[in-house]
Amino acid sequence: MLLKLTFNSLYARLLTVGMTVFAISLSLMLYMSVEKLRTSAYTSFTDTISQTDLIVGARTSSVQLLLYSVFRIGNATNNITWESYEDVIDRKEVAWSVPISLGDSHKGFRVMGTNNEFFKRYKYRGGQSIELEKGDNLDDLYDVIIGAGVAEKLNYSVGTPLIVSHGLQSFSDHDDQPFKVSGILAKTGTPVDNTVIVSLEAIEAIHVDWSTGAKIPGQITPVEEIRQMDLSPKNITAALIGVNSKLQIFQLQRWINEYPEESLSSILPGVALQELWRIVGVVENLLLGISVTVIFTTLIGMTAIIFSSLNERRREMAIWRAMGASPKVVIGLLMLEAFIISVMSIIVSTVMLFLTLYVLQPWIDNTYGILVNIETLAVKDIYIFMLFILSASLVSLIPAIRAYWFSINDGMTIKI
Amino acid sequence: MEKSNLNEKTIQINSVKFHWSNKSKFKLHIPELSVDKGEKVLLLGESGSGKTTLLSLICGFLTPLSGNIQLNEKLINDLSATKRDQYRSDNIGIIFQQFNLLPYANVIDNILLPLHFSKLRSASISNQRETAISICQSLRLPEDVVNMKASELSVGQQQRVAVARALIGNPPLVIADEPTSSLDTDAQNLFLDLMFSQVASSNSTLLMVSHDKSLSSKFDRVIDMKNVSVKEQ
Repeated sequence: MLLKLTFNSLYARLLTVGMTVFAISLSLMLYMSVEKLRTSAYTSFTDTISQTDLIVGARTSSVQLLLYSVFRIGNATNNITWESYEDVIDRKEVAWSVPISLGDSHKGFRVMGTNNEFFKRYKYRGGQSIELEKGDNLDDLYDVIIGAGVAEKLNYSVGTPLIVSHGLQSFSDHDDQPFKVSGILAKTGTPVDNTVIVSLEAIEAIHVDWSTGAKIPGQITPVEEIRQMDLSPKNITAALIGVNSKLQIFQLQRWINEYPEESLSSILPGVALQELWRIVGVVENLLLGISVTVIFTTLIGMTAIIFSSLNERRREMAIWRAMGASPKVVIGLLMLEAFIISVMSIIVSTVMLFLTLYVLQPWIDNTYGILVNIETLAVKDIYIFMLFILSASLVSLIPAIRAYWFSINDGMTIKI
Repeated sequence: MEKSNLNEKTIQINSVKFHWSNKSKFKLHIPELSVDKGEKVLLLGESGSGKTTLLSLICGFLTPLSGNIQLNEKLINDLSATKRDQYRSDNIGIIFQQFNLLPYANVIDNILLPLHFSKLRSASISNQRETAISICQSLRLPEDVVNMKASELSVGQQQRVAVARALIGNPPLVIADEPTSSLDTDAQNLFLDLMFSQVASSNSTLLMVSHDKSLSSKFDRVIDMKNVSVKEQ
């Protein structure tokens, strides 16, 4: 009976209650989308590279090695020699390896020398492979494969010629050896999208006429001649390594770190990603702060709305009291109202959230490379909901207690 | 029957004193007031004479600072707040001046509301809905009214629904606080006649407050606030 009457009462104030529910739903939805984006950004970030067990580079900090080898941010302090690389991959623990050579750029995008193994071994988002959207693998010496971001921003297609610049911000181009786009990769949401990929041999080729970072004056070796030369790489920047058994990772890592002939570092990408996220995590905390503020604001808003309805409902309270309802019932009615409003808001916001995510997911993935996973509510969400209902009911105690005093003092007199 | 009625008091008030605070000018002191069982009593008084305060004391919303209030020979001013609320819902039907009903609820739900709080009253009725409808019929409310929202009714109809609600489950006492003041003369007379017959059929006592002396002739007895309360300086 009381439940039915409470519903009747809410229904009679459909517009006000509807607006309240809508307002609360919006802020709950905002909170949930921030939460979803937060966790999805984290997952996307930590999923930038997966199934690679170790990254090897010159002696440096793990975050720095991760930054330049995976995120193409910053520079390698040193290269490692091909001999060291071969010593590493000759170890029995190593199942596969992908050498990487960095240092040049093309119109602001990093150029990475590697081999076709890279496309097979580089995985992201828990084992997803990078795929060619158009064109072919690196077959010719002067073939390049570009990431989706490069293709989009520079408006390149298969067959477009391009010149690689020396270094990252230099005006000297390797214009004597033009390249040609042979393939374009599908969008991955990882730094691969903004990378220009060539073969290791191509990196050697464009540096034939260079010595210690500068062009040898007057020396231009013709392309035909270069094609005949031995272009096997002498240095690489880093290498991705997979092991035969996970149990051997630490053993191999220790061996690499103690490699006597050259100072090498090897890192576990997962651990380094976590370390890096902790630095980026300030933003995460900010988002969390915003989320909590939003919830807090919502609760205050709901209390204000219940409060403002109190005066006009004083008469109603007096009727309840005249019927023999104790002041506790009056408190209960208002709390029940807050309870119903918060439950309805949760339902509405969840429906809105999933509809919005469903519509926006492809766009967010394409634009920001963040895959927001639309799944059923997580246990954490349920906890948050219960916490919200609980706090809403508790906060509604404030107007309820006021109504309690009204109803005790009003007695027979009905204030209108 | 008549004789036993004379002995049984529905309301018995002895030397009751009440004021809100020591500073307030308004002080109520009622040395003695009683209403017999089955009596229809009109309580006359100017506004500010303490009528509503007296009703609040009788209904147990307020407790006197001193003195005794007995309803059906039970002392109510010693009861706890919760017990007074329970006593009120079991024993008293209340009709306000206006805005008696929950506007969003339908007429039936409004009438049945007191039964929700009083087991005593709901136990006396076998079929609540039928009883409510039959009271509505005897109050000459149109049949289709029972399922309408209270807010859709005319003021006269609302007041009659309030009577039905006050009398469902036959409470021993009905308190009406100027229930006719928002009605015109014809409607007033009809309302009073209907209320009286309903009060009589449920053997209830009626205490009605008004400032309108012209209603006096319809009641068994008229009490003027001037005569029962003592002015205190």
